[in-house]
Amino acid sequence: MTISRMPLPYNPKVLELFRNPKNLGKMEDATVTAVAGNPLCGDMITFYLKINEQDIVEKATFESYGCAANIATSSIVTEMIKGMSLEDAWNISWKSVAEAVGGLPSIKFHCGILAVGALKRAIRKYHKNKNASPEWLKEELSFEEKQALEEEELAKMLARRMEKAGEQ
Amino acid sequence: MVENVKALLRAHAGLEREVYLDIENSSIVPEEVVEAMLPYYDQHAYGNPTLTHKPGWEAFETIMESTQKISNFLGCRTLEEINLTPGETEANNLALIGTAFAMKDKGKKIVISEIEPISVLHVTDMLRKYGFATTKIPVDSEGIINLEKLRNAIDKETILVSVSAVNHEIGTIQPIHEALKIVKDKNPQTIFHTDASDSYAKIPLNVQELKIDLATISSYKILGPRGIGALYVREGVNVERILEGQIGTQKLWPGVENTPLIVGFAKASELAFQRFEENVDCMRRLRDELISGIIGKVSEAKLNGPKGEKRAPDNVNMSFLRCEGEALTIELSLKGVYVSSGSACTRRILQPSHVLVAIGRNYDEAHGSILMKVTRYHKDEDVKYVLEAIPKAVERIRGITGSTGVD
Repeated sequence: MTISRMPLPYNPKVLELFRNPKNLGKMEDATVTAVAGNPLCGDMITFYLKINEQDIVEKATFESYGCAANIATSSIVTEMIKGMSLEDAWNISWKSVAEAVGGLPSIKFHCGILAVGALKRAIRKYHKNKNASPEWLKEELSFEEKQALEEEELAKMLARRMEKAGEQ
Repeated sequence: MVENVKALLRAHAGLEREVYLDIENSSIVPEEVVEAMLPYYDQHAYGNPTLTHKPGWEAFETIMESTQKISNFLGCRTLEEINLTPGETEANNLALIGTAFAMKDKGKKIVISEIEPISVLHVTDMLRKYGFATTKIPVDSEGIINLEKLRNAIDKETILVSVSAVNHEIGTIQPIHEALKIVKDKNPQTIFHTDASDSYAKIPLNVQELKIDLATISSYKILGPRGIGALYVREGVNVERILEGQIGTQKLWPGVENTPLIVGFAKASELAFQRFEENVDCMRRLRDELISGIIGKVSEAKLNGPKGEKRAPDNVNMSFLRCEGEALTIELSLKGVYVSSGSACTRRILQPSHVLVAIGRNYDEAHGSILMKVTRYHKDEDVKYVLEAIPKAVERIRGITGSTGVD
């Protein structure tokens, strides 16, 4: 296991969102809530979305257990999707999120991916709760949802290895 | 990239105070050490110590006298037992690979503890490719090595044992005398190495009394310059060179000696040992004020490693639940408090520190850990400032965590 300590030259936008995150906190009257990652990864995001009857995101908030990149990308997603239709929100890619925060160090790409994964999970969950299946919402998981799932599985594997090491 | 870093630096403008506690990863070199080094760049002894001219002989004299000081502080029999290297990493590589080369016909087994530094751990991983097998001995919840398992791991084919006298991350002082006795009783041929980088000038350690074979020491861990360290090799112990080139005064490390760094290492040693007891008492007091202050002010804060006498005098390692470590180090940096976190982000997931995992910390505790080391140069005002900064920083990061991850 190689542990590398990469220098992390976060850009000013990431630092600003880390210091003053927008739309932070739990939303009590959220229409839908979704989580991606888990504390094992050291990377976890919860999104709370308020969606109106026209399927427009009225408000989005987040909570995040993670690094500065994780906090910044979650925060920017909540700003990007406000006032958007769910279809448009679904089409947001992790690359556009990374761009919106002014770029991410390559070692932190997964933070942007996780944020979009959590968003897409929320949109999928909303439609499932409504028993709706619009044409643009594919049965197959999106890239970001798959990546989020993979990250969670990796972390669980690591935790099992840690537990096993603890028993020895 | 550099533009981003410049902006990060600008964000630190107007700091009321700065407290550097990341001695684990690099240190401040005090003015008195720098001053001692400066004449050796352009005034005196700038020659190559193996050459036949005045600046060369001056360099030879300087290197020998500096080495003599270090060898006295470490308790060597002769100064030839000190082999200067460019640092702790290189000395550990030399100890392990050099012993493996020298002993390869006697056996292929190496034994280390689970909590050795990366420069021991990764070298044993590398040696595995060349047919050497490594057994890692577990530690208890305080980081103390399991002596019974150590005893059972040693046999006729064990060529090398490496256990740090003080753990670099959680400050555990190992029962190194007992460990050494156990190893030598089972196999007198087994070479015993200790990375003493966190012991030298921190706890009483005399290599001759201890009868240890090999010991690593490092300059920056005692507030000397970076780029210089040493491997103590007891007279009669055979370690092979791992690098080849022009050999000068150092028979185990080729290349031109860096005289100013050697002078700085000796000067830093002198300052640390001059008032050893006083220095240690000072560090211990600051350490305990930090630990009890943090536990008193922050909820769900845990000390990693032992308390009191079993702990290195300078080491403070704390875990904060629901508070991610990297975010905390950045938040503290913006307040002028410089620490490191136990977890490192590698690609997809955060790798918890192998030391914290070995003492049974769970992922949440490991991810939210910070490491600090105090020095005799820290003031009471520094501790006070840190004790104001940490609770605020933890509170803000926990505010972002919110209910995420809480079942």
